Amino acid sequence: MSKLIVSSIGPASSVQDGGRPGSQRYGLTPSGAMDRLALAAANTLVGNEPFAAAVEIGPFGASFTARCSAVRIALSGASRSADIAGRTMALDTSATLADGETLTLGFAKGGSFSYLAIEGGIAGEPMFGSLAVNARAGLGSPYPRPLQNGDELQVHPASGAAERRIELPERPDAPIRILFGPQDDEFSEDSKKLFLDSEWKISATSDRMGYRLEGPVIKHLHGHNIVSDGTVNGSIQVPGNGQPIVLMPDRGTSGGYPKIATVISADFGRFAQVSAGHSFQFKAVTMAEAQAEARKFTELLRTLPDRLRMLESLDLNLEALSAANVAGHAVNAVDAATWQVAESATS
Amino acid sequence: MAASVAQPRLLPSGDSAVTVEFSRDIDDAANGRVLALDRNLAAAQIAGVTETVPTYRSLLVHYDPVQIGFGALGEQLLTLAQRPDPAAARTRRWRIPVAYGGEHGIDLDDVAKALDATPDEIVRRHVAGDYRVAMIGFTPGWSYLSGLDKFLHMPRRQNPRVLTPAGTISIGGVQTGIQCIAGPSGWHLLGRTAVRTYQLHRDPIFLLEPGDTVSFTPVDAKTFAEQDRAAEAGEFVAELVAA
Repeated sequence: MSKLIVSSIGPASSVQDGGRPGSQRYGLTPSGAMDRLALAAANTLVGNEPFAAAVEIGPFGASFTARCSAVRIALSGASRSADIAGRTMALDTSATLADGETLTLGFAKGGSFSYLAIEGGIAGEPMFGSLAVNARAGLGSPYPRPLQNGDELQVHPASGAAERRIELPERPDAPIRILFGPQDDEFSEDSKKLFLDSEWKISATSDRMGYRLEGPVIKHLHGHNIVSDGTVNGSIQVPGNGQPIVLMPDRGTSGGYPKIATVISADFGRFAQVSAGHSFQFKAVTMAEAQAEARKFTELLRTLPDRLRMLESLDLNLEALSAANVAGHAVNAVDAATWQVAESATS
Repeated sequence: MAASVAQPRLLPSGDSAVTVEFSRDIDDAANGRVLALDRNLAAAQIAGVTETVPTYRSLLVHYDPVQIGFGALGEQLLTLAQRPDPAAARTRRWRIPVAYGGEHGIDLDDVAKALDATPDEIVRRHVAGDYRVAMIGFTPGWSYLSGLDKFLHMPRRQNPRVLTPAGTISIGGVQTGIQCIAGPSGWHLLGRTAVRTYQLHRDPIFLLEPGDTVSFTPVDAKTFAEQDRAAEAGEFVAELVAA
């Protein structure tokens, strides 16, 4: 096994994967990646299953160092600067860290969460089929808590596969689409109109349990207590102060505030990436539209491998690369790193 | 088939879940229908239904909209909601030991004062109850029980506590409950049980199911300590008296 050392990391960074749905009836929240498309894209770049465990990196900077061998990685999600020993790494590409090399990531610029996938995944002991961190329930592997400086992830040595980029559809800077319900009848038509017509900001006190919104006060018709019922990712509950909270993957499985609306599943990852302080609006859609979008999103996830491309800047080396593969030699990690040096020298 | 009963409301919870609501209130009959639908839905094995979450008054049904649409699923749910409970006759019954009062139930004396009764009377009434696991939620294993003696109904605390211990047995409003992991609570703490309703590396990890029935047995602090060690080692400590 090789290691990826967490040389430095900020808060709100943890190992996440597709989560552990299936036990919400016992009060166990599913957790999992905030932005599933970005997780799947990063994993696809290094040949992993789309929802394999990866490092979810919050808005702050981070750095990771390969130990014992080269380690192949990929980065997707929030845009931020990424640098390997002076070589720039682009978002939505794979790259290989030679043994001892460090990947340095800057603060998130567009978005909040980046996903660092590692070829072969992260070694750990799955609980309920998942390595995802849920600190409150004591779940998550290799660490049942957010990552800290000095943590070590057991990973596979780089295979030497050619580096790729992935062409993702542009994410529109459009309103976040919602379906009203399940408790929209606890609000007047005026309150619902105010909810749709207003600009909202994500509060800095938001976390993986919920995003608190700042904007006009949304008043209830009959008070803010309902008998607790089940929640989903994207449930928009309105507590007594009238400032909505959008429930995220570490949410409580039940909640006692009326839920005015729900973010549609296709927009959930895009919503999760809205950074604190940034303004956005909601837009209501019909069930038919929401479910059509959900099907399109599932199809996008399914066809991610079709969107892989060789890194253009490596075009000149493609012959050598394919020759190495055809000849049955695994391209070794030192070579992979060398190509990148050559590439940055010529570009 | 039983005579037709009032239809629940189908409330969209986004594009991948639907809340089947039987009542707006805490209502034992509604909870019975929630649990009946949950069992009938499990038996029906509808393609695309991925997970269900029973609560006091509604069943949240998660589904994959690629496999089944809201309309088609809704029709099937309304049909299933008319069926009688297939499992009502063979419910599991648990006996759960509780150390009441003292350091394990720091609110017992205050509850007694507030209800103009002795602490013994509070314990006697709480132990006499025949409870049903109405739902499990909030945090892993937090089991909400219905069937609390009306005498013990009282409003929740004005100031919720930030941290209450694992295993806390408490009352709040018309409910009583078993809290599994330490966490915040606005309920009144009557005692503690060594029983872990959620414990990793034990089979099963979750001890109680929604719909199980529960009664409490008082134990002294020394017994609690012994049971706590046994439970930590993986024993249930709770007694399954009927299945």
